Amino acid sequence: MIDPLVEIKGLTVDFEQDGRRLRVVDGIDLAIAPGEAVGIVGESGSGKSVTWLAALGLLPGHARIGGSVRLEGLQLAGAPAGVLEGVRGKRIAMIFQDPSSCLNPVHRIGWQLIEALKLHRGLDSTRARNEALRLLDQVGIADARRRLNDYPHQLSGGLNQRVMIAMALAAEPDLLIADEPTTALDATIQAQILALLGSIRRDTGMALVLISHDLGVVAENVNRVAVMYAGRLVEEALSQDLFAVPRHPYTQGLLAALPELTGPRRRLAAIPGTVPEPGKVPAGCAFSPRCPLAEQRCGSEPPPSRRVGMLHRAVCHLQIEPGVSAWALPRAAE
Amino acid sequence: MSALVEAIDLRRHYAVHVGRGPFTAKATLRAVDGVSLRVERGRTLGLVGESGCGKSTTGKLVLGLIPSTSGTVRHDGTDMPAINTPAWRALRLRMQMVFQDPLGALDRRLPIGQQITEPLAIHGIATTVERRERARAVMEAVGLQMHQFGRYPHELSGGQRQRVVLARALITEPDFLVCDEPISALDVSIQAQVVNLLLDLQERLGIAYLFISHDLKVVRQVSHEVAVMYLGRIVEQGEAESLFAHPAHPYTRALVSAIPVPLSAQGPRRERLLLQGDPPNPVDVPRGCAFHTRCPFAIASCRVETPALRPKADGRLVACHRVDEPALQVAA
Repeated sequence: MIDPLVEIKGLTVDFEQDGRRLRVVDGIDLAIAPGEAVGIVGESGSGKSVTWLAALGLLPGHARIGGSVRLEGLQLAGAPAGVLEGVRGKRIAMIFQDPSSCLNPVHRIGWQLIEALKLHRGLDSTRARNEALRLLDQVGIADARRRLNDYPHQLSGGLNQRVMIAMALAAEPDLLIADEPTTALDATIQAQILALLGSIRRDTGMALVLISHDLGVVAENVNRVAVMYAGRLVEEALSQDLFAVPRHPYTQGLLAALPELTGPRRRLAAIPGTVPEPGKVPAGCAFSPRCPLAEQRCGSEPPPSRRVGMLHRAVCHLQIEPGVSAWALPRAAE
Repeated sequence: MSALVEAIDLRRHYAVHVGRGPFTAKATLRAVDGVSLRVERGRTLGLVGESGCGKSTTGKLVLGLIPSTSGTVRHDGTDMPAINTPAWRALRLRMQMVFQDPLGALDRRLPIGQQITEPLAIHGIATTVERRERARAVMEAVGLQMHQFGRYPHELSGGQRQRVVLARALITEPDFLVCDEPISALDVSIQAQVVNLLLDLQERLGIAYLFISHDLKVVRQVSHEVAVMYLGRIVEQGEAESLFAHPAHPYTRALVSAIPVPLSAQGPRRERLLLQGDPPNPVDVPRGCAFHTRCPFAIASCRVETPALRPKADGRLVACHRVDEPALQVAA
C-alpha cells in the first residue's frame, strides 16, 4: 500500500457556544492516496465540509480541533499559522460552492489570478500573466486574453467556477478539495465543470476530494466514497461497491430515497425523522433513532468500524449481508 | 374534456436597460415568450429547465400573481379575472402556490398555526374555532402534529417548515397548486418524504400540480406530463417516462445526459451530450432557434427560422427542425 498523501486520524471538532461544547465532527479516520479521487457524501450538518476546513485550519477561533491530520508526515491539526500558510493554496487547494462570493468583486479576474501566481509560485509579472493565460486556457475559458480584464460579475456562474479552479491550480497543488463545486450551477454547466475536474486530474495527477450531497455527482467522478452522518463516518467503499452493495442502513436508505431517471417509477422509500442536531446526537450510533433495525445497544454503545469487503468499511453494530437491505428486513423486536 | 387550468400563448416581457453608464440602450427581456400548457384535474405537469428559462415566471403568470404581457389563462373553462379584483381573489382560493425556500416563505415572528390559518382570515372564511379545526385537519394531512400549532418557524426542521407551507396552501381546499422548486432546499432523505406527501395528497384530494423544478429525477417521479423550457419557450413536451427515456429535442437530450446517476441505476451505456458554453443572455436571445448556439446538430436553417412546437407521430411535442431525422448523432 502506498503511503497516503493525507491521513486523518480521530479528528474531532467542537464548537464552543454559550459555555457548552457542541461536537460537530466526531472521530473521523480517512486517508487519501496521491492522485486518488475520493467523494465525501452527507446531508447538511453531517460535518463533511467542517472536516476539511478543520484540516486546513480555516475554522473560526471558537472551534476546538482534536486528533491528527497529516500531510506526508507534516502535522496540520493545531499547527502554527506559518506551517498552514505553506500548505493552504500551495499543497492543498480548496474551491467552494458559490464561486462569485469567493472572488473579489472589485478586482479583475486577471489581477486575482496573477496575485495567486506571484504569491504561490514567486513568478514575476510577465511570467505570471502568461501563466494566468495558460491556466484560463486549461480550464476551458475561451478568449482568455480578453477575460483577464473582466470582473467577476461579468462572468456567469460556470465561468466564475472555472476561474476559481484556475486559481486553485495556480500553485500546482497535490490535493484539490472541491466543496459542492457544482451545487449552485445548472445541470448542463455542472456536467461541464465535473468533466473539467476529471480531465485536469488525469493531466496533473493531483488528488481530489469531492464533497457533495448528491450521490449521483459523487458516483460518476470518484474512485472511493466516504459517507458521513451527524459528524461521523458511517461507510467507506470503492464507488462501485458502495452503490451496488451498500452495507450501512443509512447508505441503503439514502440510495432508496433517490428517484431514478430510468426504469419503472416506484414509491420512494423515505428515511423517517430528521438528522439530529449537534449536541443532541445519541451516545451510541448517531443513526439509531432513524434506523429500522436499531437495537438496545445501538443507542448506547458506539458501533465498531468493521471491514466488510475489500477497501469497504461499515460502522454498524449489525452485520448486514451483501445484497440485503436493512429497510426490507423485519424490524428489530421493540 | 376541458382542462382545469389552461394557458394559451402566455408572454411576459420586461423592458430593461443594457450596458453601463447613463446612456443605455433599451431592450426587451422575453422571460416567457409564447407558452401554452394545460393541466388536467388531479394530474401533474412538470416544468423543467435551467435557471432563467422562465419556468418560475410561467408559474406566477398561471396564478395571475404577475400580469402577463399577452395571452390568456383559463381556469375550469373560464378566463381568469383581472388581477386584484374580487373575482380573482375568490379564484385564488382554489389556486395556491408553494415556494422553494420555506423559511423565506414563512413569517419568522408568527406561530405556524396562525400562518396556516391566515388564508382563511384573509378571505374571511369561518370562525376562529372552525379555522383551528380546519388547521388541525390540514396539519394532520401533511404530517404535522397539533402540539406544533404554537411553534415558530425556527423551531422546526426544514422538512417540517415545508410541510407548514404546504398546509397553508391546502387550507383553502384548492384544486390546483403551483409548486416552485418545493423540495430543492431540503436534504436528500427529507426530499423523499415531501415527494411522497405530494403524491399522497394528490391521490386523496385530487389536486392538480404545476410542478416546477430543475431536478429531472424528481420531476419524473411526480409528473404525468413534462414540459421542457429553454429561454422562455417550451422546446419539448410529452408523457413523463417516455420523455426522459427517449428525449427528442437536443436540449432535452443534453439535460438528461447531464444528470449524474449512481452506478447501480446505470443500465446500458448512456448517451453523453456535453454542451459547450453557457445559456445566452435572455436579453439577447439568438435569432432562429434559441438553442442553436449550443446545439451540436445546428444547421443553417436553425440560425434563421424559429422552429414551432409540433406534434410528432407519438404525440410528443417538439420544437426542432431536425427532430424527424432518424439518427441524429453527435459528429465524432
